[in-house]
Amino acid sequence: MLLVNEREVAFTLGVCPQDLAARLKPGADIFIVNGYPVDAAAELQDGDACWLICRGETPPAEEMDRLLYARHTPGVHEKVKKAVVGVMGLGGLGSSVAVALARIGTGKLLLADFDVVEPSNLNRQQYFIDQVGMKKTEALKRNLARINPYVEVETVDEELTEERIPDIFQNVDVLAECFDSAAMKAAALRAALIGLKGKGYVGVSGVAGYADNNRIQTRELFPGIFIVGDGETAAMPGRGLMAPRVGIAAHHQANQVLRILLGKAEVRS
Amino acid sequence: MNILCNGEEREIAPGTSIGVLLKDLGLDPDSVVAECDSRILKREEYDTFVLDEGAALELIRFVGGG
Repeated sequence: MLLVNEREVAFTLGVCPQDLAARLKPGADIFIVNGYPVDAAAELQDGDACWLICRGETPPAEEMDRLLYARHTPGVHEKVKKAVVGVMGLGGLGSSVAVALARIGTGKLLLADFDVVEPSNLNRQQYFIDQVGMKKTEALKRNLARINPYVEVETVDEELTEERIPDIFQNVDVLAECFDSAAMKAAALRAALIGLKGKGYVGVSGVAGYADNNRIQTRELFPGIFIVGDGETAAMPGRGLMAPRVGIAAHHQANQVLRILLGKAEVRS
Repeated sequence: MNILCNGEEREIAPGTSIGVLLKDLGLDPDSVVAECDSRILKREEYDTFVLDEGAALELIRFVGGG
């Protein structure tokens, strides 16, 4: 038996994806078998799970789900698709964290920012030039929908404060602190430690310029509370923020969020 | 008198608040999270919270950029 686009189809010796496409999905020109792309003439084995896709057509939700399930390590996708992750600040860190988490099919993202896209953001942030002037929450929501429309995205269009953070993010599993200002970074960590006990947390400090890659590290401050960065390289006149190094930190952050979701990091209660 | 600040012994004058200590260390209080004897302090406590002899203080300092 074969599983073709989630339907059971009898297996015959020597059958290949283009035979199946001719019968079941005319026009299909992308063939995925057990999570990996194959040639149209690849010989299939009994028990294979096949996806026949027409290029340019958005796969339905269950198809995306199966593709991510097959692509990721067993046991990962079930946890990731149930997860709710909060992202505070949608600049160089937050927009890249959100993109990485959307790509792996995170169940729900709660994205907060009050700002609009400016031309100076485009050197590192995940927006496009035709989005200048648009609210970052709206622009990022649209961009994520083009990556994976089945990730639920909720936006909070307000300037966050230490008082509001515990209210807004009380239902997330993990919180990513992606602010630009040092004062808000400190305020957010206090808010999480005092008002959001038991949640995973990944913040950032020290990501500016083009200093050594490997000085950016992920350190655990308290159980389940992590800080990424070199701890000292502040953004300042003469030392700006750029896509490569901010991107390194953002992906440290996203991977640490994933590790917490997968139970690889103990969270303090 | 002595306190333990980020794991190191440090001598301070009796009556020193967190706010005064941060000023002595050249740190902007707004960019610092302070934990004293396993309690996270609120920002508004920094100027009134006086450090006791032997207090174990952890200061987590942030720099801007993101």
